[in-house]
Amino acid sequence: MIKVEGISKRYPGQTAVDNISFEVEKGQIVGFLGPNGAGKTTTMRILTCFMPPTAGTAHVAGFDVLAAPLEVKRRIGYLPETPPLYPEMEVAEYLQFVGKLKGLGGDQLRKRVAEVSEKCNVADVSKKLVSKLSKGYKQRVGLAQAIIHNPDVLILDEPTSGLDPKQIHETRDLIKGLAGEHTIILSTHILPEVEQICERVVIISRGKLVATDTVENLKNRMHGSHVIGLTVETEIDCRPVQEKLERVAGVSRVILKESFTGSHSFEIESLQGRRVQADLARAVVEAGWNLTELRQVSLSLEEVFLQLTATEAAA
Amino acid sequence: MKNILTICQKEIKSYFVSPIAYALMAIYAIVSGFFSYVAVGYFLDRSIGAMAGRGGPMDVNEWVIRPVIMNVGVISLFLIPMITMRLFAEEKRSGTLELLITSPVRDYEIVVGKWLGALAMYTCILALTAVNLSVLFLFGSPDWRPIATGFAGMLLQGGCLLAVGTFISNTTKNQIMAGAMTFGVSLLMWTFDWFTGFKSDAWAKVLAYLSLTAHFESFSKGVIDSKDVIFYVSVIVLGLFLTTRSLESLRWRG
Repeated sequence: MIKVEGISKRYPGQTAVDNISFEVEKGQIVGFLGPNGAGKTTTMRILTCFMPPTAGTAHVAGFDVLAAPLEVKRRIGYLPETPPLYPEMEVAEYLQFVGKLKGLGGDQLRKRVAEVSEKCNVADVSKKLVSKLSKGYKQRVGLAQAIIHNPDVLILDEPTSGLDPKQIHETRDLIKGLAGEHTIILSTHILPEVEQICERVVIISRGKLVATDTVENLKNRMHGSHVIGLTVETEIDCRPVQEKLERVAGVSRVILKESFTGSHSFEIESLQGRRVQADLARAVVEAGWNLTELRQVSLSLEEVFLQLTATEAAA
Repeated sequence: MKNILTICQKEIKSYFVSPIAYALMAIYAIVSGFFSYVAVGYFLDRSIGAMAGRGGPMDVNEWVIRPVIMNVGVISLFLIPMITMRLFAEEKRSGTLELLITSPVRDYEIVVGKWLGALAMYTCILALTAVNLSVLFLFGSPDWRPIATGFAGMLLQGGCLLAVGTFISNTTKNQIMAGAMTFGVSLLMWTFDWFTGFKSDAWAKVLAYLSLTAHFESFSKGVIDSKDVIFYVSVIVLGLFLTTRSLESLRWRG
């Protein structure tokens, strides 16, 4: 449905997007991940024909964004980071205006306005001025605007930013409900959101593509090394404890997490395929310290993300 | 075409749901009302003189309607920047331009729609002058034809300044900047023909030709000269063309 081939966007003295390629299948929800300023918005703006790429091509529903922008725009619903609302319009009036812009008219327009208002839970405020709406309602009106012409592709730029937890939850449900009918790309820097909603992830950092895979695969891929959380109770300083742990066979790295008087917490990475829990426990007990915690730390997507983007930054 | 109308309607609505339309119309009504009153006052004064056997023949068209129409041009010089300054600057600042640009609408449709919306607003303001002048018909029988050509001229001249203002509004996010620059440029276009007062070389002639007032003269006398119509229309087309190009360039420049 969406095919991005080697797009770049360069400004004088700065490369916002550098040779990014990925594909999105019909009906998928894809999370677009990256730290702030990574190039997420720029990539989305290229896909929506807001700006052309400096190099490379992108196809949406088979149409080139450069050669046939009108066809692409007809098939895309776009919610920018700040919903593009006119404060002086009523909600229904605004949706009608956008519907007309997207080429709807007559009965069909009226029907769609009613449908999307229902779907996005804004029917109860349809006679209210946009400027009087709360942030959550504004976001939902923005979403209603994006789906009014029933587009094949939906592009949502940080749809949950600035909302309270309840509104975030509602918005996520709404987006999940839209999947299937629409192919969705949504950008975010909130990782649990991706785990909850998206099937696939595209991670970019500093304008470059870092990874593109399913959420599950990404997590597995990063599980090459195990991480163990360990807390030791002892009167002595943390240095000798750390050195002792580092000498345990199979341990590759010991990181001090927290240190109070009498209690130190570490995160221990082991070499691939080595189970070191038993050896660690024995080492601690033999030294005469108390072992109060020993647990397997599973890598969250957040850590995967940090690892991926950190290596990129170092390189 | 449909898209142009959609955008034009939206612009007209946004003038009339905000205080802008009413404030501009009120200011205009007061100022142009004062001008009309003064013109009629002078006329009355002179006609008393004429009855006493002094002065030439009296003509309402020459003594009242023409000065009023010329003055309207001056007022519009101040009002037009206030009409056009928000057109693009506001949408750029609030991010709604992103909606327009990512909609299946051509760039020129956005530009022409907005300009037509501004022109409609300006027409509403001009209509107030028609109210002032219609009073004259109650007490006399002025020739309506110079009034009609005068209005056509005012619309064309206003259209030029609106096109210039639309272009300038598209070059900035700041409404005040857009307004101030439009005012400056309009004032220059207004007074280009002052050159001919002391210079008669080719440059002075070219600049004088570019002056908006020089082309208005014939309209206020009741003459529609194709030369002037072509001048105004070409300034409008050029202004809108440049706006379209600059809208496109926004994307290339990011």
